[in-house]
Amino acid sequence: MESKHHILSAIRQHKLDGRELPNLGQDWITYDNLPEQFATMLESVGGQCVFANDPADINVQLTQIPAYTEATRICSLIDGVGDSNVDLNAIDDPHECDDIDFAIFAGQFGVAENAAIWVTDQNLKHRVLYFIAQHIALVVPTARIVDNMHQAYEQLSFAEPGFGTFISGPSKTADIEQSLVIGAHGARSLTVFLLPSAT
Amino acid sequence: MNHAVKAAEFVANAERAHWHDQALWFVREKRDKVVHALPEWETLRETAAAVKAYTVAHLADLLEQFEENAIRLGAHVHWARNPAEHNDIVLGILKQHDVKHVVKSKSMLTEECHLNPFLERNNIDVVDTDLGERIVQLRNEHPSHIVLPAIHIKKEEVGELFHEHLGTEKGANDAKYLTEAARQHLREKFMNADAGITGVNFAIAETGGIVVCTNEGNADLGTSLPNLHIACMGIEKLIPRAEHLGVFLRLLARSATGQPITTYSSHFHGPKPGAELHIVLLDNGRSDILGNDDFRNSLNCIRCGACMNTCPVYRRSGGHSYEATIPGPIGSILNPIQDPKKYHSLPFACSLCGSCTDVCPVKIDLHHQLLTWRREIALKGCLPLSKRLPIKLASIVLKRRWLYNLAGKLARCLVPLMPRFLLYNRLNDWGKQRELPLFPKHSFRELYKRHKRINMDGK
Repeated sequence: MESKHHILSAIRQHKLDGRELPNLGQDWITYDNLPEQFATMLESVGGQCVFANDPADINVQLTQIPAYTEATRICSLIDGVGDSNVDLNAIDDPHECDDIDFAIFAGQFGVAENAAIWVTDQNLKHRVLYFIAQHIALVVPTARIVDNMHQAYEQLSFAEPGFGTFISGPSKTADIEQSLVIGAHGARSLTVFLLPSAT
Repeated sequence: MNHAVKAAEFVANAERAHWHDQALWFVREKRDKVVHALPEWETLRETAAAVKAYTVAHLADLLEQFEENAIRLGAHVHWARNPAEHNDIVLGILKQHDVKHVVKSKSMLTEECHLNPFLERNNIDVVDTDLGERIVQLRNEHPSHIVLPAIHIKKEEVGELFHEHLGTEKGANDAKYLTEAARQHLREKFMNADAGITGVNFAIAETGGIVVCTNEGNADLGTSLPNLHIACMGIEKLIPRAEHLGVFLRLLARSATGQPITTYSSHFHGPKPGAELHIVLLDNGRSDILGNDDFRNSLNCIRCGACMNTCPVYRRSGGHSYEATIPGPIGSILNPIQDPKKYHSLPFACSLCGSCTDVCPVKIDLHHQLLTWRREIALKGCLPLSKRLPIKLASIVLKRRWLYNLAGKLARCLVPLMPRFLLYNRLNDWGKQRELPLFPKHSFRELYKRHKRINMDGK
């Protein structure tokens, strides 16, 4: 408590002019074709973008992905998508998610400028699944792609406790001589399925 | 410490210095590419700088607001005046939870506090999980760059290091192979950790949440498995509202590595269910900087490293030549604030080219502040004799017209006759890599006088 008081009074002894917060309603970048822009950006950050017609089509498309067909333990958080054989709710210790090969989640929305997808731990018992699974896929309706990060934050509210993250591409590093390597600690691959409408 | 001495050691290996220079310039070029793709880049920078200026002007209120909201979300908030307090707080939390193994994601603040050696002395095993940081940790070194900790190390050296510590094949130095080995090695560490420590990229006053950005996913793995997350941040990491993240997340990764955003930008609002989240706020001189008109906006820094990647001195002298947690242009401003005597040479490790100021995403006037620092260091009496003496001499000569004329005449007559060893010796730092120009026979004043006479005669 003493340190808090000390720090705050050290700050308050400097009287600085009251400044105004800047206007965030600027002419930020927008795109003519959001899904195309999103797909291009996703490829550029190492992810794969797949345009699917409906959930049944996703199941067909999944069989084209070696990481999926070779996976032993699959955990899908979307009913009717993927041959899920792991019940996340039956797992108590998140460490037990370590052997999950492929996980499928619903993304809340995507951002065209940087291919980021917002995901949260709402209705997800172990948030570690986003990071611990060897490969992940996210499903997002194309109608839920926004242009830029300013629009993204208009969609978000943080009134309640919770975890959320923007995921843009698979986990990566370039810490050895600036050579880009996909698959650092998190997912080795990220596939995004774009659905034509909110299904 | 003396930057020039350390830099001389680095450039002694010309091939390596060139390689280092090129590696960083490559990152600078990647940055340019994504920046030029955004027409609103300058608006973004101005907006970010204005948000930071507001934050600094209202910092005490915003910190209180942040604390209140973070506690409401179920987090614990701690305040530390200095590194010693910070480290004691962290150790106290770890001991309370009987923690033996900690995984840490990148945090320049814990480097600033020398947290790792402190915890190790207290029998707690700390593993840095960012690949670059793990490499420097295994080498018993410190990061040489705030975003690219191992930028000074060659893949052959990483191969040797991993062969020794992780049992990779001898002579194997493929980046993909080595990264895979690190993934396996660190996955085991993640699985065994009792607690995760992270830095903080942004803390939101309005919501009480914190944001941590990584490409590897190490902060997320490290905090989603164990039931204890300790997040360490400087008090300047605050932003007023969540909507401001839209501005800063657009700037950060583009400036740092030329990516449109980091792979993971994680927002922690309260602890994960059944777990604890502790947030440690550190001052360590930041409240003093806030009161300093010359250096206040250095608090804008979001630690992207763009000023390092572009700096001609940093690129050619390496991060370790600064002997500080934060090297490069921003480090040359922040370190002398902490200790002007020790870091007196850093503001001179600068050509005043202004490139850092041009690329800074939060519009810190870096090269102006570095120039200001040079004056401050002289006023504080921290200049070495090798700089004080010539300036004193120059001042004596330049104040006296006759002496100035005489000195010029003598130099023009004598210097061309002087043997090399008298001109180029250890007293002449300037001449180490440069040759003096040919001395003219006449001074400008003499030439001017003569021309005037000829013109007059001609009339």
